[in-house]
Amino acid sequence: MDATQYDEPKIGVYICHCGTNIAGNINVAEVAKFAQGLDGVVVSRDYSFMCSDPGQKLIREDIRQLGINRVVVAACSPRLHEQTFRGVLKESGLNPYMFQQANIREQCSWIHEPGEIVTEKAKRLVRAAVERVSLHHPLEERAVPIFPATLVLGGGIAGIQAALEIANSNHPVYLVEKEPSIGGHMAQFDKTFPTLDCAACILTPKMTEVARHPYIRLLTYSEVVDVSGYIGNFTVKVKRKARYVNEEKCTGCGVCQVKCPWTTLSEFEVGLGLRKVIYTPSLQAVPNIPVIDRERCVYFSKGTCRACERFCEAKAINFQQEDMLIDLQVGSIIVATGYDIFDPADISQYGYGHYPNLFTSLEFERLCSPSGPTGGKLKLADGREPRSLAIVHCVGSRDKNYHSYCSQICCMYALKYSHLFKEKTGGDVYQMYIDMRCSGKGYEEFYERLQQEGVNFVRGKVANITDHALNSEEEGKLIVTCEDTLLGNIVRVPVDMVVLCVAVEPRSDADQIAKTFRLGRSQDGFFLERHPKLDPVATMFEGVFVAGCCQGPKDIPHTVAQASAAAARALAMIARGKVDVEAITASIDEKLCSGCRVCNALCPYEAILFDEAAKVSRVSQVLCKGCGVCAAACPSNAISVQNFASAQIMAELAGLLASERLAIR
Amino acid sequence: MAEFEPTIVAFLCNWCSYAGADLAGTSRMKCLPNVVSIRLMCSGGLDPTYVLKAFGEGADGVLVCGCNPGDCHYIGGNYKALRRVSLLQRMLQQLGIEPQRLQLHWVCASCGDEFVDVVDGMTTQLKKLGPLKR
Repeated sequence: MDATQYDEPKIGVYICHCGTNIAGNINVAEVAKFAQGLDGVVVSRDYSFMCSDPGQKLIREDIRQLGINRVVVAACSPRLHEQTFRGVLKESGLNPYMFQQANIREQCSWIHEPGEIVTEKAKRLVRAAVERVSLHHPLEERAVPIFPATLVLGGGIAGIQAALEIANSNHPVYLVEKEPSIGGHMAQFDKTFPTLDCAACILTPKMTEVARHPYIRLLTYSEVVDVSGYIGNFTVKVKRKARYVNEEKCTGCGVCQVKCPWTTLSEFEVGLGLRKVIYTPSLQAVPNIPVIDRERCVYFSKGTCRACERFCEAKAINFQQEDMLIDLQVGSIIVATGYDIFDPADISQYGYGHYPNLFTSLEFERLCSPSGPTGGKLKLADGREPRSLAIVHCVGSRDKNYHSYCSQICCMYALKYSHLFKEKTGGDVYQMYIDMRCSGKGYEEFYERLQQEGVNFVRGKVANITDHALNSEEEGKLIVTCEDTLLGNIVRVPVDMVVLCVAVEPRSDADQIAKTFRLGRSQDGFFLERHPKLDPVATMFEGVFVAGCCQGPKDIPHTVAQASAAAARALAMIARGKVDVEAITASIDEKLCSGCRVCNALCPYEAILFDEAAKVSRVSQVLCKGCGVCAAACPSNAISVQNFASAQIMAELAGLLASERLAIR
Repeated sequence: MAEFEPTIVAFLCNWCSYAGADLAGTSRMKCLPNVVSIRLMCSGGLDPTYVLKAFGEGADGVLVCGCNPGDCHYIGGNYKALRRVSLLQRMLQQLGIEPQRLQLHWVCASCGDEFVDVVDGMTTQLKKLGPLKR
């Protein structure tokens, strides 16, 4: 390419209609005509869909036939199609940075009420882009190598799936889980809807596969404390919490758990059962290596006991073990940290925590599970088998006071519970629902099946739950009150047992995770995907992907699909071996640099180093991320950020304010 | 005489505020059309001369938006923006420019409604304040 080909700006301007999205609120022909009269503009056109193939062809042909060397597309947000149009320039032999996009959709036609002023604003934006692009320079794209290992954070079904997908292609995976065992919430479930296959039967083989996979390094009871670096080259600091059990020596025989004389409420059993102080969360735990609960261990508080140590034949107990920090080198990261459940005690009129026969959905899973605290038998507090069950939908979901969103899975598991209850007890089931949402594969059919099984569906939101009986029929029962909106009546339904379908909510530590991994969060608190439709797997932080319920409530099939997608994205990067990063970095004009070193301390990445001999500062192009903090602070104006140079921003400003400038002079 | 329509130049950081403004549009929220925005990679990349240039070229107000405290894509650029804007506000006052004409707000990537509120609020304030006297 001739270096002088960009000297004289020859600009092509393309105004996109985006169907009626833009053209419905902006007079696109007028904007195109306006652009035609701007300095440097050779051609100005408007077209229905610039991002489509014929739209791109318009640009290609103008580059070929009219010799334009700069392109402005006024269309959607550059966050959507900047890369698309840069690609068009590249294919036509132009440097991709000779492009500027004017956002006349999201921040113009969509965000303002219709009126002449919207077209005027579009003209301003186009003029600003034209003036800016006149000062663009060709930039060299950078490619960084990808370190072929992946970090997966969270060992629920999402993390397990992602880890296996990647490891099965013979690329190393670090699977980091904060609990002593992987499995997540799915390991706590009894059956899965709508097929009613048992959760353990489909999950535990995957858990063991993770443990014995030669390409997976499983780090349980561990947390990520810091992430540094960038796409392709992350350094992840992981804290391995002391188990007080030597993982190499432990055989998983379980004698320590039998001999430990101290018990506490089991987290895995959601407080419905007990566990020992040295414990594995469940019998199916992976790895099958216990941890000592330091908070409750009598040795740590009083210095006595040591029963586990005495009976451990493998001599695996080590009270001296300490937390350990290790550094992992990875190229990409998949965050799959899952969800918490809503605490229904917040809704006092439901009486959770007050009535012994009132359970959350997760508690009910454990009660149904053959490996649960009751061996899968449903029992009331007095030991009787319940004869009736009420299932209360939308507890904390679809409720402006708590979470506005729908938790997506509750309708389906409520149907599952109805079936399980009928199967186990033959009793009556009442579902109090707002709307039945059964929109997955085989879900509607499952709903129909449960209707045929004789479940009573009451359409209404439950007002309160009480044990205050008004007649003999209600004596000794929990009475669920709601308005049956189909009948228009207030109904009181006396039942033996109640299950609350509690909301899926972001993890309590989601804020911390978001900070560590520089993730955004949507208004509901779940991690923010790069694009809600076209990129629900990537995040704003290049190289970091999300999967499963940490991104939003979803059922197991969708979680698995998203996890596989995240794995595919990580693998695509590994397969290519390198990734292109934007050529946006700062550089210092050494002739102007006074050596004051103001920029040195401001750089968040320590990318600016002072050359003692030359008495000037220099920017490391590898470490620089292009934020521009240094350039804005430089008192000598010696620092410039490529593609965000001061002159380019000033030109943009001048373009935006051209009419005001005329008015004041 | 027609009501005074102020012109506001908004400098939006690429990662949070520009995405937040996009989201407002995508969600078809409506804000007053007095704002035109310029995308910066980080609010910390706001050169003070951009603000002075904007006032010099005819803007009645300058809005700077960055990520929520603690959420900066570049660790702490938004804090640097905060320092610069505070200093600039004092300086503008000495030049006879009301400090309300330069505002800094945190607008996150999912805060479309916040962006709309900020723009409408500032537009209303500037309408009361009148054109910048030069």
